[in-house]
Amino acid sequence: MAKVFIYPTNSLILYDLVERFGHEPLAMMGRVHEKITTPGIDSPPININPEDPKYGLKYAAVEVPSGVRGRLAMAGPLIEKAEAAIIVNDSAISFGCMGCARTNEMVKYMARQKDIPILELEYPNTEEEGKEFVYKIADFLKSLPGAKENNREGENE
Amino acid sequence: MPENNTDNNNHQDTITKLVVIDSDWVLPSDAAMKIYESETEVTVKETCFGLMVNGPTEAVNRAVEDVVSMDRNHIFVKQRGFPPGDERRCRAVRGGGPRPGYYFLREEVNMLPTIGKALDDYDKGVSVKETKKSKKLKTSKLKDIIESNVEE
Repeated sequence: MAKVFIYPTNSLILYDLVERFGHEPLAMMGRVHEKITTPGIDSPPININPEDPKYGLKYAAVEVPSGVRGRLAMAGPLIEKAEAAIIVNDSAISFGCMGCARTNEMVKYMARQKDIPILELEYPNTEEEGKEFVYKIADFLKSLPGAKENNREGENE
Repeated sequence: MPENNTDNNNHQDTITKLVVIDSDWVLPSDAAMKIYESETEVTVKETCFGLMVNGPTEAVNRAVEDVVSMDRNHIFVKQRGFPPGDERRCRAVRGGGPRPGYYFLREEVNMLPTIGKALDDYDKGVSVKETKKSKKLKTSKLKDIIESNVEE
C-alpha cells in the first residue's frame, strides 16, 4: 500500500479515489487530526500556533512570510512521507480556505523535487474531462505497487 | 512541533470520517439507519450532504464500509480533522454562518455526479476518448478582439 500525497491537500474526490484503489492517502485532514489530538500548545480558534512557523523553517527561509511557513509546517511532513503524488492544477477550490498561492507553489515544487511517481492533471470542468480525470487517476494508482487486496474498486460489478 | 505518538494517545485512535452521498436511491437517513442496525460503537451525525461518523478507527472504517456498499460508486468518503461539534468548527457556538471548509466541499459535491458516472464506466470497461482542453484566451488576442469591435 503506497502512501499517496494529494493536492489539493483536503480534496474529497482525491482522498476517496486513493482509498478506493487500495492506497493510503496523505491529506491535510490527517495532519489536522494529528495536530489537535497531540498534547501541546494550541491556539483555538486558530489552527496554527506560534511554534509552527518556526517548524516551517525546515522548508522555507526566515524571510518567507510566517503564514507560508506555518502552512508548510502542516504540508511538509506529508510530502516527506509520500511515496507517490497526485497533483491537480487549476482548481477553483485551491482559492479559498487553502488559497495561499505561494504555499501552493512551494508544496507542488517540494513534491516534484522528490524522486517519486507523480501524476499531474487539470481540474475537470466537463463530463468528458471528468471521465478522463478518473481513468488517469485509476490507471496511475493501479500502476503503484502494493495496492490493498480488499480495496473498494470494482466490487459492484 | 510534537510528532504523532499514536501508541500512547487514546485520542489518536478515535477518527472522524465524512461520508458524502450522491446516490439516486440512498439518502443520508438510510445510511444512518444502516449504521444503527449494524450496532457498531460509533457516533453518527446526519447532515445535509451525508454523515459524519466518529469513533474508534476500526469501528468507523467498518461502519463506513457498510454504508459505501449501499451504492459503491456514488458514496464518497474522506477523513475529517475535527470531531463533530468541535468548537473550532461547529456553527452552534459560532453564532451561525457557513462552516469553514464547507465551500471546498460544496465545490467538489458539484463534480460528484460526473465522478460517480466515470467510476461506473471504468468498472464496465468503457473506453475513454482523449479530450481537448480549451486554452485560456491570450491578452493579445483579447486586445485584438476589442480593437476590431471599436473600429466597426
